[in-house]
Amino acid sequence: MNGTVEILREHLGQALWDTFVMVGIATVVGVVLGTALALVLYLTETRLFTPNRVVNAVVGFVVNAIRSLPFLILLVVLIPLIALLIGDPYTPTGGAIALSIAAVPFFARIAQSAFAEVDPGLLEAAIATGAPLRQVIARAIFPQALPSFIRGVVLTVISLIGYSAMVGTIGAGGIGDLAIQYGYNRYETGVLVAIVVLLVVLVQAIQWIGDRLAARVTH
Amino acid sequence: MAAPIIELDDVSVTFREGGRTVDAVRHVSLNVQPGEIFGIVGFSGAGKSTLVRTVNLLERPTGGRVVIDGQDVTQLRGRQLRELRKSIGFVFQGFNLIGNVTVGANIDFALRAGGVPKERRRARTRELLDLVGLGQKADSYPSSLSGGQQQRVSIARALANEPRILLCDEATSALDVETTEEILALLRRINRELGITIVFITHQLEVAQRLFDRVAVMEHGEVIEQGTTFDVFAEPTHETTKALAERFLGVAVPRQLLPELPAGRLIELRYRGDAAFEPIISTVAQHHAVAVNVLHGTIEYFGTRPVGTLVVLVTATQPGQDGARAVDEALDDLAGRVLGFRELTSRTADGIGLEVDEVLEQEVTA
Repeated sequence: MNGTVEILREHLGQALWDTFVMVGIATVVGVVLGTALALVLYLTETRLFTPNRVVNAVVGFVVNAIRSLPFLILLVVLIPLIALLIGDPYTPTGGAIALSIAAVPFFARIAQSAFAEVDPGLLEAAIATGAPLRQVIARAIFPQALPSFIRGVVLTVISLIGYSAMVGTIGAGGIGDLAIQYGYNRYETGVLVAIVVLLVVLVQAIQWIGDRLAARVTH
Repeated sequence: MAAPIIELDDVSVTFREGGRTVDAVRHVSLNVQPGEIFGIVGFSGAGKSTLVRTVNLLERPTGGRVVIDGQDVTQLRGRQLRELRKSIGFVFQGFNLIGNVTVGANIDFALRAGGVPKERRRARTRELLDLVGLGQKADSYPSSLSGGQQQRVSIARALANEPRILLCDEATSALDVETTEEILALLRRINRELGITIVFITHQLEVAQRLFDRVAVMEHGEVIEQGTTFDVFAEPTHETTKALAERFLGVAVPRQLLPELPAGRLIELRYRGDAAFEPIISTVAQHHAVAVNVLHGTIEYFGTRPVGTLVVLVTATQPGQDGARAVDEALDDLAGRVLGFRELTSRTADGIGLEVDEVLEQEVTA
């Protein structure tokens, strides 16, 4: 029992920070680039904007291709690429890169469906005012898609926390790493239990906050 | 006549749906004069919505030209197209407000699109909401408003950039009767006070009757009849227009009355209400040895001009062949004196109920 507390006191802070950095970076990258891809998909598939089958198919194919790899396999495939980019792939930065690459297409599909849910009649009305595309996107589509968008961010963060544990298994740090190294390899069941509880609480809290935010922007 | 503000010249719209080609609009030509309220009516699926969307190019014609204020706009794109759209307001059946922002922000959206500077937008939003009678609602969300109020907001939005043309796509079809009346009154006021030309499409004849100066009737993507609202509905020439007019003007003889009717011929007459009608019936009755019983009658107004409908039962006053001949002659005479003449049935008392019902049934489903 003392061992458990010792281990947690010594390593948990760093592990949490590493997870936070990895998930944080991947979420930001995923949301920004994912939204951009989602917009390309959405605008090229919607009759009122700029339908373009070729662009839509190409982008859709790339998104699906990355999405079709289980994360663990994507991770293994990416190791040489990450090594090339930053030298040592077995670091939180390396983990963040792998997570980001998984997060972009994941969030792209979520954001695309959030946009697609927006009533086409509303688009017509917005376009009929003579508003430029930027304004239509930022001030008509986006406010309508925002609740789904927020729920999508929550889903992404939670998935990324799960994925980050896998990044941990290859030694890139984070609470997944801590759980495997001590809880599993060294039979410190207490560490494992503590991390499980921590994860459950964390995920619940994120979901709760997300739901509150989504409700606040729905009218 | 002044130069038309909207001129559709041989406009067609074709789109591919699945593997099929759909001709939504076929070779439509029509002119809308500045300051008038022009209506397009037809059953659903006639192509009305598609046609009205060609005016601001929400739907780009695949053939023909759209001319606004003498300028061919059919090929406009980018900035020029957006400029055109600012001068044309659009009101939809489903209101189509941005639900997650306030009423004020919805109006602000249009003002921003119109390039109105920020410091003026607030005051102008207030002004527009006042115009539609919702001055206190700027900070409300659309979902907290009634359907009629939401439609007022969408009218305010459509008027934001001082358009010369207002397009309304079934703008009252989602509203109840009273609210429809309010919205029509508002549109009429906008038309008169601001001089905005209105193009209004609807399947609701009572809207056509109350609002339109002129009307075009559409079917299968084509305009089959157009003219002043009164002429088109008082004297329809095309079958579909007749069916539409009938649905609206036609009177149903109360079912329970029918079995009690004496033998005779049941006739529906349509006449201009401003023509003195009473003498015609008595004249016919006197000249032909028949009795004419008025069973039912209505008068509907198109603008200020009335159209009357009467259902009469013509019976012979003599038995046998002579009586039947007298009735035939009387009916010919009558037919020559009215706008519309339609025999509902010539069966005897027992058969009349069903027959008339069937006739009316067919009219409604036509």
